[in-house]
Amino acid sequence: MKTQGATTKRDGRWLGLYVLAYLVFLYLPVLLIPLFSFNDSIQAAFPLQGFTLQWYATLYGNPALSGALANSLVIGVIAASGATLCGITVSYMDLYGRSPLAATISTIARLPILIPGVIVGISLLILVNLIGLGPSRVAIVLGHILVALPTTVVIMRSRFAAIPKTIREAALDLGASDWTTFRRVMLPLSLPAVLSAFMLAFLISFDEFVVVFFLAGTEPTLPLYIWSQLRFPRSLPTVMALGTVILAASFIIAGTAEILRHRGLGGARRNPA
Amino acid sequence: MSTLVASQAPETRSASGFRFAMLLPGALVTFLLILFALGLVLFLAFRGNDGSLLGTGFNLANFISVVSDPLYGTVTLRSLVIAGLVTLATVVTAYPVAYYLAFHAGRRRGLLLFLVTLPFWTSYLLRVFAWKIVLAYNGVLNSALIESGIWSEPTLAFLNTPAAVVVTLAHAYAPFAILPIYVALDTIPKSLLEAASDLGARPFTAFRRVVLPNSMPGVLAAALVVFVPTVGDYVTPAMVGGPSSTMIGSLIQSQFGKANDWPFGAALSVCVMLVILLVVLVARGADRRFGSRT
Repeated sequence: MKTQGATTKRDGRWLGLYVLAYLVFLYLPVLLIPLFSFNDSIQAAFPLQGFTLQWYATLYGNPALSGALANSLVIGVIAASGATLCGITVSYMDLYGRSPLAATISTIARLPILIPGVIVGISLLILVNLIGLGPSRVAIVLGHILVALPTTVVIMRSRFAAIPKTIREAALDLGASDWTTFRRVMLPLSLPAVLSAFMLAFLISFDEFVVVFFLAGTEPTLPLYIWSQLRFPRSLPTVMALGTVILAASFIIAGTAEILRHRGLGGARRNPA
Repeated sequence: MSTLVASQAPETRSASGFRFAMLLPGALVTFLLILFALGLVLFLAFRGNDGSLLGTGFNLANFISVVSDPLYGTVTLRSLVIAGLVTLATVVTAYPVAYYLAFHAGRRRGLLLFLVTLPFWTSYLLRVFAWKIVLAYNGVLNSALIESGIWSEPTLAFLNTPAAVVVTLAHAYAPFAILPIYVALDTIPKSLLEAASDLGARPFTAFRRVVLPNSMPGVLAAALVVFVPTVGDYVTPAMVGGPSSTMIGSLIQSQFGKANDWPFGAALSVCVMLVILLVVLVARGADRRFGSRT
């Protein structure tokens, strides 16, 4: 039987209603974007003026938009690969490396949670200028590896920790080297989490605005393109159509990542986080 | 066959080679991109602005002007109040949700956990933008109120106020608060709750004396992950706040943009990090106090 905490079943029903109201508050403002993206008016206001797809049509054949989209996709894939690689190695060495250095790296890797985005942005801006890169796509990739790093470390760490210790010990006892154990035993066992970490890191990069604002050179990413369009009231419906597409893609990617994160290991799986 | 081929090359690698390769990516990112970059900010904060990348001289002039100009005191105080209100609002509203998830959700738990964390993975910019269209003069809220006959005239009172910043930030960071509290509640040993009720504690007493103190580490962690990004935010004040709700993040951003005084912006950043350090230490202290009591 499930323990009910300190509350009774009746309290639970009231709490359930509260959770429902909370979810409505959480989703309602965001869902207004798709609602008004189909509205036949330049203003986001009631009453609705009728259904239209014209704002979606404005998304086609817009070179600035497709350029920003291509940038965001390329940067997202490269940054997510980097962040996932770092997340795998940092958390693996933290758990099995038995060295103070590995533990320190793992602690610092989760530090960006305690630094406001604006400071991450300006510190990297100074750094990339110092090493001669300047604001550029490479600079953005570095920034996004950093922003996504805490997420990939936490996901990979909880996955590695959920693999029974005996499996790794058996591999080592049977004569497999550290490298073989990692590559042929531990990595395949955590593959779903690797994919999940990659997808979430991609989403973080794809949606990131606070840091990229400082690091972008002449080629904007999609959020920067949206930001530049917000100044013009006439382009608001286009932004809402674009926003709807982005929201839908984010929901699908995040949903897939969530399913993957809990895939495999079966009974061996422990509580994440 | 494939096993043989694949395992041959790695066998020859030494254990130290493996360790080096595994530590390298993390070491590069953490030491160069985090520690060295933050060190640069600290260094720059003590330099004078001469238009060059790393400035000139070495003095406290930036910090003296931060302290002596009342503008920065006002803006810092405003940032702290706004971030404090946002933190309070998100944690208080998130607690019952986390409580329901931990004790009442049953089979729906997985789905609900997914639903409350999903907005976390959607664009922050779009979530803030959604509030702009809600609060605008000719926006959703005004038009809905007029349409329903509650008001006859649209009002300017929603957008460009500190209240708009608080509501928007509280909404944007709501998903951050639930998970830490949920984890803390979920890991309370069930025997503690049974003991409380066996010993005759009323439900509310059991909640106040057993559940709440035991979940405090989660509450403090939630407060921290909401407070840190909100105190330095510059996007929301720019989108829905107007000039009356400029925050410290906006000032830092303008030093690296229009104002173009990087050393001064670095000094402001150092001050923000000091404030955050102070908050972390206070939270640590509170955590220890609650930890020792239970």
